[in-house]
Amino acid sequence: MPIIGEYMGMALTIDDQDKENREFFSWCAAGEFRLQRGKKSGLLRYPPTTACPWTTDRDYDWVPVEGKGTVHSYVEVHHPIQPAFRDKVPYMILLVDLDIQKGEPSEHEAIRVAGNLVSPDGEFAAPEIIKSVGIGTRVRMVFKEVTEGFSLPHWTIDLDANQPDSPWRYPQE
Amino acid sequence: MTLASVSEFDADSPKFLRGKYAICGIGETTYRRGSEESTRNLATWAIKNAMDDAGIGPSDIDGMLSYSGNDSVHAPWVAGDLGIRLNFYMDVHGGGSSTEALIGIAIGVIEAGMCKTVAIYRAMNGYSQVRIGGTGARSAVPIVGDQIHNRAYGWQSAGQMFAPTFLRHMYDYGTTPEQVAAVKVAHSKHASNNPKAYYKNRVTIEDVVNSRIICKPLHLLDCCVETDNATCIIVTRIDRARDCKNPPAVIQSVVGRCCKPRSDMHYQHGPISTVAGHYAKNILWPNAGLGPEDVDVTGSYDAFTFTTMLQLEDYGFCKKGEGGDYVSSGAIELGGMRPNNTSGGHLCEGYTHGMNMVIENTRQLRGEVDDSCPVGPDGKRQHTHDYSEGGCRQVKDVEVTANLGWAMPGTGSAMVMAKDSR
Repeated sequence: MPIIGEYMGMALTIDDQDKENREFFSWCAAGEFRLQRGKKSGLLRYPPTTACPWTTDRDYDWVPVEGKGTVHSYVEVHHPIQPAFRDKVPYMILLVDLDIQKGEPSEHEAIRVAGNLVSPDGEFAAPEIIKSVGIGTRVRMVFKEVTEGFSLPHWTIDLDANQPDSPWRYPQE
Repeated sequence: MTLASVSEFDADSPKFLRGKYAICGIGETTYRRGSEESTRNLATWAIKNAMDDAGIGPSDIDGMLSYSGNDSVHAPWVAGDLGIRLNFYMDVHGGGSSTEALIGIAIGVIEAGMCKTVAIYRAMNGYSQVRIGGTGARSAVPIVGDQIHNRAYGWQSAGQMFAPTFLRHMYDYGTTPEQVAAVKVAHSKHASNNPKAYYKNRVTIEDVVNSRIICKPLHLLDCCVETDNATCIIVTRIDRARDCKNPPAVIQSVVGRCCKPRSDMHYQHGPISTVAGHYAKNILWPNAGLGPEDVDVTGSYDAFTFTTMLQLEDYGFCKKGEGGDYVSSGAIELGGMRPNNTSGGHLCEGYTHGMNMVIENTRQLRGEVDDSCPVGPDGKRQHTHDYSEGGCRQVKDVEVTANLGWAMPGTGSAMVMAKDSR
């Protein structure tokens, strides 16, 4: 049976055959961030794929990864496009460089994981919190349940980390 | 094992087609919001206009290519309406970057002997049916599998998907909102000299940066217009093109849907402020046998102000990181060193997923892009080259043009055309 969950009024579906996404999101539901690690390369990859982008190797293991990193870039939406986000603006999508494997296997590569900026308990971040986040902000991962066995990863400010004095933000507020 | 034929330095073989194919006909409908026509009717209208422009009839066309995002009409229907019997057709999935890629495909199928002359069209009601900005039908599509990693986060529309690239360019190179706004200002000046343009009003830097934020760094006026229209380009061999009514725009080089690494999610491979043109230029310029310095007019895709800048930079029209300076220097305006999108492009004329920029450059090469200058005794426009509002649009002595098509930061297409040397 496909996994179908309603999330913010949107129907999200993972088909039976899509075993990579099934496994990724079911680990999230278990409160663990796991990524595929190619058996030949030993390299992690994101989002889930069917082979190792560096070796063509189709064999992999799901390994636990620490969900911590630094904002590489972001989107700050003020005009909603999808109806589900109409009462959420402004909201942020963060593109986060994981600490692990940053700059590997080549200088400009990193595992860049997307998610919304949320509060520690998973609510969309308030506008005054959004104004404190930019490129360089340290964040940690939190999970939000879609349905049983299916959660989404999101990002929240890592209050235990050393934060930059002023993360880079678009000059107009 | 690495095959020599796919090594990254081998962009040589297609150069033997340099100058052997041409655009012989161009056509468009009016650019409107609310066409009240089916995409089938719009396509028929644009193709008929292109046939008339070339001075050819239904029996002269035996190939057809179209592209869409499931928002248009299939080629065989349109061909049937126009009495065209097809030896080849293909309806391709895709938006921006398709124009140049499909021109390359047309050259390939003609070269393979599959057909002789190909009409390429894009017919869309991008305002009144499937809105290009992503609201309405596009937002109603179910979210399945891989799309959960973006659309579930409210990361769906083109502006939202590209924003990390645009912001990171500002971070990496100090590019300012005002510099990038100069693209809209330039294109609005061009559109004010184009009676076909949907938006003909000139705007200022202040107008752009004071318009409301859609998603940072994009203000409303950094974004293209949504319109309803169809456009058509006819491609054939140079000798046939020379028999047509108008001078051929000769194709020197084409590169189609060239990608950055990790096209499944290109942000994994940085620098994310670099776009596909960084790779495409290594095919485009060697195949054309010339470089950016030889180009008189550019057509750098303007889905957003930023896309124009990023591509001009990565194709080598200025140094990497200096795109903000380049687009705000006046170079891209009519009367400047190398005008870009003289029709007003997607920001002002109308949104066609790239076709109208190729049509405009074809007219520039013919020397008949003008709509306003006085007509001389020979029936041709006497270009004043006065580019003030409502004036001339023709660039002086155009020999070479470049079109830089954009699908997204990670995928692009391009084409170089030249005036017929004969």
